[in-house]
Amino acid sequence: MTSSHEALAHPASSAEAAPGNQPGAARGAHGRGTPPKGTASWRSRLYRWDMKASPYVLIAPFFVVFGAFSLVPLLYTAWYSLHHVQLSALDHQTWAGLGNYTNLLSSEFFWNALQNTFSIGVISTVPQLLAALWLAHLLNYRLRGSTAWRVVMLTPYATSVAAATLVFTLLYSWDGGMINWLLHFVGVDPVNWRESDWGSQFAVSSIVIWRWTGYNALIYLAAMQAIPSDLYESAALDGAGRRQQFRHVTVPMLRPTILFTVIVSTIGATQLFGEPLLFGGVSGSKGGSEHQYQTLGLYMYDQGWIIGNLGKASAIAWSMFLILVIVAVVNMLLSRRLRKSP
Amino acid sequence: MRTSTRRSHGPVAFAAVAALTTGLLAGCANDSDDGSPDATGGGGGKGRITLTVGTFGVFGYQQAGLYDEYMKLHPDIAIKENVTTRTDVYWPKVLTRLQAGSGTDDIQAIEVGNITEAVQTQAAKFVDLGKEADKSQWLDWKLAQATTKDGKTIGLGTDIGPMAVCYRKDLFRKAGLETDRTKLAEQWKGDWAKYVDLGKQYMKKAPKGTKFMDSAASVYNAAVGGASERYYDKDGNVVWDKSEGVKKAWDVAMTAATSDMSAKLKQFDPTWDQGFANGTFATIACPAWMIGYIEQKSGDSGKGKWDVAAAPTAANWGGSFLGVPTASRHQKEAIALAKWLTAPEQQAKVFAKQASFPSTPSAYPSLKPQADTTAYFSDAPLTQIFSDSAKTIPAQYLGPKDKPIDSAIADVGILQVEQKGKTPAQGWEAAAKEIKDVLGQ
Repeated sequence: MTSSHEALAHPASSAEAAPGNQPGAARGAHGRGTPPKGTASWRSRLYRWDMKASPYVLIAPFFVVFGAFSLVPLLYTAWYSLHHVQLSALDHQTWAGLGNYTNLLSSEFFWNALQNTFSIGVISTVPQLLAALWLAHLLNYRLRGSTAWRVVMLTPYATSVAAATLVFTLLYSWDGGMINWLLHFVGVDPVNWRESDWGSQFAVSSIVIWRWTGYNALIYLAAMQAIPSDLYESAALDGAGRRQQFRHVTVPMLRPTILFTVIVSTIGATQLFGEPLLFGGVSGSKGGSEHQYQTLGLYMYDQGWIIGNLGKASAIAWSMFLILVIVAVVNMLLSRRLRKSP
Repeated sequence: MRTSTRRSHGPVAFAAVAALTTGLLAGCANDSDDGSPDATGGGGGKGRITLTVGTFGVFGYQQAGLYDEYMKLHPDIAIKENVTTRTDVYWPKVLTRLQAGSGTDDIQAIEVGNITEAVQTQAAKFVDLGKEADKSQWLDWKLAQATTKDGKTIGLGTDIGPMAVCYRKDLFRKAGLETDRTKLAEQWKGDWAKYVDLGKQYMKKAPKGTKFMDSAASVYNAAVGGASERYYDKDGNVVWDKSEGVKKAWDVAMTAATSDMSAKLKQFDPTWDQGFANGTFATIACPAWMIGYIEQKSGDSGKGKWDVAAAPTAANWGGSFLGVPTASRHQKEAIALAKWLTAPEQQAKVFAKQASFPSTPSAYPSLKPQADTTAYFSDAPLTQIFSDSAKTIPAQYLGPKDKPIDSAIADVGILQVEQKGKTPAQGWEAAAKEIKDVLGQ
């Protein structure tokens, strides 16, 4: 918007904005002020063209890269999902229609993966965002060394998935892991974290929570600092304590930010992949012997790259995409309602 | 002011975009670069050819100094190895590159679990090495695995995994079992079930904190590795649920899984490594390549305590091939290097370094493990044990989905019984469902 506006305003503003000390600009302004026909109109057309085109040129790299590495693969995946394709015979495609999709709908592995994705998503996202909100609230007070605290919060986010998961896998290891060692002091029998149904999901979620809480807390913190302080002052004058201020001032003002983090976390949860894969170790794409923590992302990887049924894997990918679209629509409707109610 | 700076950005942006896009395109095209001398090549003039070798895990060529030796023999050749640690990451990548006809290395390693898929679906993408090398050098079954029905050999055999049993002498002694390797081999000769029976005996007097074996999947792999027919029959039909070899191996694994003799570890997990170091299991089914692994993971604490005995039945577990993709830009040189690397003399050198066992019998008489290794395993006659096994391994019929089927049985079926307390029948059913999914039925 700004750039096309600037383009229209070009001749006047350049004349104004270029007093003597800018020789190049001044000459340009002069040229435009007294139009000697031929060259000037050619020139001004060139300028106008430059003004109109250069914004597009500037944003083009994104779209070129997006087209080449996102859009084309996306459409190609859709094409694959309608065919029987093996990884070992990519050129040999036979039309399957919606066969891959109906296969998924009748596959218990798919429903299991969907359910796991949902349950891991819930038990990782909800505590994560609540904790982030609480941490941001604490950090919003005047603290000694607040920058240091903020940096500390962001360190898990800066850690690689692989490194974090490796450490967590050792912590959760059945035999000699630290968590089972601690549990033993409160008289709990060692838990086989990786193979138990709820234990494995809990363990995977804890990695996600550990990595992302600080990131979300910083986003909340930034939004909190944008809340005008007179709101708090007047709330304090009305006799609101800290807790009430948090409930009646902070949270309502943060609504758009909370919505944003919910959307981002939901997308992240739907695509959850690295943590469960590495947590599983060898043949981690199975997500446990009973697929107890196999997410949709893992199921897709297992089908496509380990087993080699690329057609089916593509169908899973598109199903994930459709699920995200549904989530986005629900989110949009929700946020519209939230915006209406003050 | 603002507009004048903006104006000057136009051409700059153009240039930037142009540079970016050409950079991207160039990046795509230049995937496997050649020509210029390379870091590992250690200098050299122009016109030097760089050959790339794509491998996974640890092939030991670099470690045994074979690349350096070859480069010394052929000053015009530089060699660069591209290693991917895990096969399950390596192989899909190779498959897509082979089919795209670009991005492959000049030599591409193929694991035995993938060789049938390569033979059946990618034969056209590999050079026929059968015409180039003396085929009689290799064990018949090894050569046959890499040869198509119409006689094209797409890969030259590197190592094989002849089977033995590695055991902790000290723990056996404490449990009151025989410790002599020949007598032990005699006790379980002919059947892995006898080995498991010995496990029951061990568990009666097991030293505290130890189990008889590392995992039930390990004995399954060892037992099934001795069967001619496992998941596919001679004609390529899927017969895993009817196969005698699978049934027998499964039963042995189930006895192991349900009688509390396994440490319930998952092979190649960090906890498995710790198990070696802490001595939590007394035996492990031990293909030749496991020797180096044990030595490394058990460390000093295991020195002189491990011993090696002949396995109940001859079996093969693991092994690889080297193929030359037709997309290689230096086929002639790549073929020569592949031939050299898989020649008996070089295989013997890799054995000396890391006990990867040669697939070329003529190398057997000259095999010499490192003195350290022999001492580590109580002076067991490693060469003899493994070459005896290697010579009697039966030919195996493999299929394109061998690996995922194997994983369905070991990582789903057996693991459910071993770690989740399911019954063997439930485990079998779960594996069956998984395999159905694998085969897209």
